[in-house]
Amino acid sequence: MREMIHMVVVLTVLSAFSGGLLAALRESTQEQIEVQQLQFVKGPAIGAILKGATNDPIADRFKLKDGEVERNFFVGVLNGKPSALVFETSGKGFGGDVGVMVGFNTDENKIMGIGVTTHSETPGMGSKAKDDPAFGNQFKGLAVDKPVKVTSDGGAVNAISGATITSRAVCNAAGDAAAIYTRLKPQLTEQLNKFGK
Amino acid sequence: MAKTLTQEFTKGLWAEIPPFRLVLGLCPTLAVTKTVENAVGMGIAVTFVLVCSNVLISMMRRIIPSKVRIAVFIIVIATFVTVVELLMQAYTYPLFLKLGIFIPLIVVNCIPLGRAEAFSCKNGVLASFADGLGLGIGYALSLTVLAAIREVFGSGTLLGHTLFGPGFQPFTFMVLAPGAFVCLGLLLALMNLAGKK
Repeated sequence: MREMIHMVVVLTVLSAFSGGLLAALRESTQEQIEVQQLQFVKGPAIGAILKGATNDPIADRFKLKDGEVERNFFVGVLNGKPSALVFETSGKGFGGDVGVMVGFNTDENKIMGIGVTTHSETPGMGSKAKDDPAFGNQFKGLAVDKPVKVTSDGGAVNAISGATITSRAVCNAAGDAAAIYTRLKPQLTEQLNKFGK
Repeated sequence: MAKTLTQEFTKGLWAEIPPFRLVLGLCPTLAVTKTVENAVGMGIAVTFVLVCSNVLISMMRRIIPSKVRIAVFIIVIATFVTVVELLMQAYTYPLFLKLGIFIPLIVVNCIPLGRAEAFSCKNGVLASFADGLGLGIGYALSLTVLAAIREVFGSGTLLGHTLFGPGFQPFTFMVLAPGAFVCLGLLLALMNLAGKK
């Protein structure tokens, strides 16, 4: 009986100690990890969309609440004016969520470009959504008030052959982003004006 | 017969060098030694876990109930592995992405558990510290040597720098899994030959 209590006490104290230590460490590294993820996972996609931006979009980001979710918005300064916004949405793909960065030109209300950030699609098929620039380029210049769809659903985007589900996921993500952009336009403009000063 | 601290330390560098003499921890040895950078990162991570878990377990050795000692060891090791994982995510994110699953897998690596069971739960704090440091450095060195051979022959680079002229034909076999086995086997044979006298 004594031995039993001894075992329980040692294990409990140890687990509590280790849980506390890890929680504290997680708390203190969380912000730094987020910055690193932005830089290395999302950074390349943001950089490709905002090619020619004169600022650092990752440093110039702001958060905005959209209903329940808080989103990161990245600001791009083009031709001396903060006129581009990039943020991430996701769509249901073949192997899970496909994360897509979508950039908007705030003057023309058009999609500037997209970039797939995270996915678990089939290598060589669905993964082309990330690796083949020709697919992403089709989104350039699409208006935000029209639904984004693949050609077989009556839209303007040519699906990747053999990866219709992935193509749809990217279209859905871009469409969601367009809807969010339109919905939050007043707040976003306000933030951009603040940024310009 | 008590060994000196120096002996405890140096045995990890030759007489009990983990992948070659103890033939422990082979999974990451084979998997992460494609490039020297990965190998050094992995070596440092393992060394940190090994030193910390050895010291803590040796401090607790009188209160650990022998029936649940393995559970206690695993909690201690898992805690430190998670610490390493969080720190790597926060400060060396690209390396963390490359090592991927092998960082969390240090928990089930035989070396920390083996040392806990065989050494630190029977020896003093200082001796355990020396033991952990010696074996950790020995492990890191072995990985680095193996990785250097594979990287130089397999991709013609060392730490990312190109070594040979454009006429060099990379010996791709070396960076694939079978190359890892062959290379490890040859090194093991060499070490046995050298230690035979």
